[in-house]
Amino acid sequence: MSDQLKLVVDRIKCDGRGLCAELLPELIRLDDWGYPIVDSGNVPKHLLPLAQRAVEDCPVLAVTLRRAEVKR
Amino acid sequence: MTRLLDAPERFGPLPQMGGGFIDAIEQSRLVGRGGAGFPVATKWRAVAKRSGGRAVVVVNGAEGEPRSQKDRLVMTWRPHLVLDGAFIAARVLHARRVILYIGERHEKARSAMLRALGERTEPEGALVTVAAAPARYVAGAESAAIHFLNDGVATPTTAPPLPFEQGVDRAPTLVQNVETLAQIGLLARLGQAPATTLVTLAGAVMRTGVLEADRGTTVADAVRGAGGPTESPRAVLVGGYFGSWVEPEVAWQLPLDHETLRRHGLGLGCGVIGLLPARACPVCETAGIMRYLAAESSAQCGPCFFGLRALADACSRISDGSSDGNDLSRLRRWVDEVPGRGACRHPDGAVLFLSSALRVFDREFANHRAHDMRRTA
Repeated sequence: MSDQLKLVVDRIKCDGRGLCAELLPELIRLDDWGYPIVDSGNVPKHLLPLAQRAVEDCPVLAVTLRRAEVKR
Repeated sequence: MTRLLDAPERFGPLPQMGGGFIDAIEQSRLVGRGGAGFPVATKWRAVAKRSGGRAVVVVNGAEGEPRSQKDRLVMTWRPHLVLDGAFIAARVLHARRVILYIGERHEKARSAMLRALGERTEPEGALVTVAAAPARYVAGAESAAIHFLNDGVATPTTAPPLPFEQGVDRAPTLVQNVETLAQIGLLARLGQAPATTLVTLAGAVMRTGVLEADRGTTVADAVRGAGGPTESPRAVLVGGYFGSWVEPEVAWQLPLDHETLRRHGLGLGCGVIGLLPARACPVCETAGIMRYLAAESSAQCGPCFFGLRALADACSRISDGSSDGNDLSRLRRWVDEVPGRGACRHPDGAVLFLSSALRVFDREFANHRAHDMRRTA
């Protein structure tokens, strides 16, 4: 089990407010329609506090930090 | 060896079987025939492990792919084999419910399935209910089927939970395509699944329709089996609307099996093989399919709803000659950005299809001039 964390966006909840990309431009940018394109790698340690804020401040709670997924 | 469509319409009572049957499925290396090509044994194990007598089996006969007909054909002509597979799944997975999820427009298939059900005497027959799947492209996606059966809305949902964790009635759920279940039926009956795949031939072939392809059959063999092309094709669509355009000379050699196609970066999908005649316009054809796929987005996820619409609009502008000249570079950027950003694979499939068009019809897209669309079909 790894303790590496990834940013995951619930695509159904997300309605493109764009706050996450403002908080964390290092890992999140917006597409032409205002929806986040998230870096698929693990969140580097020094960005974890900002990632945490992106999770907490998303107005529709669409962003989560998840451990690298274990497949069935 | 018995083939699916040559099998007797009905065998005797179902043989007894337990958890060991999943090993038999594993040895047969059967993969799902609904489009994703996922290994069947893996799916069954995941449900079996969690069932505790609560599992639900969804018999997926939604068949939303416009060009595909093979699922309807199996339900109509071999309904008992589909029920065999469903009952065996119910037995092996200790299911509490079996749901026949059949496309609302597939009347013949539904009545054949119901008639067959009425002839069955196994106790599993009492577990069966029937639901009409909405006639939408995404209605056959696993999570959409489950969403519909739980809440009456046939749109995909966010994973996790996956169906085997929490599906219909929040119970571990197996959603399995009807052709796959018919294969399981034969595997249980004969100890061996037929090494065949059902494909639907569409477009510029002499006889469009369903063909049962033996293992190793190539696209060329299948087209020959359908009476050959009606005229020289410009490209072959392998795998339906979520598949890829392939140059004919490459396509002819391709075998119709999931594993080999995957190694070529292609997919058999739901088994549609479509021939685009040389006199048709590939750009207009692609634009039409993109408009269809954009309209079939369930409009839940921004990148799919807005992205596919933008992709379809750009294709349409190139097709009708109203492009500002930048649409092709927009398309090339967007096909990298859109995939993997929906709750389901709808945007991924649509983009895979479009990427193949941009590759195979590179020249046509770059040099396209508007023409009367009525002459191109």
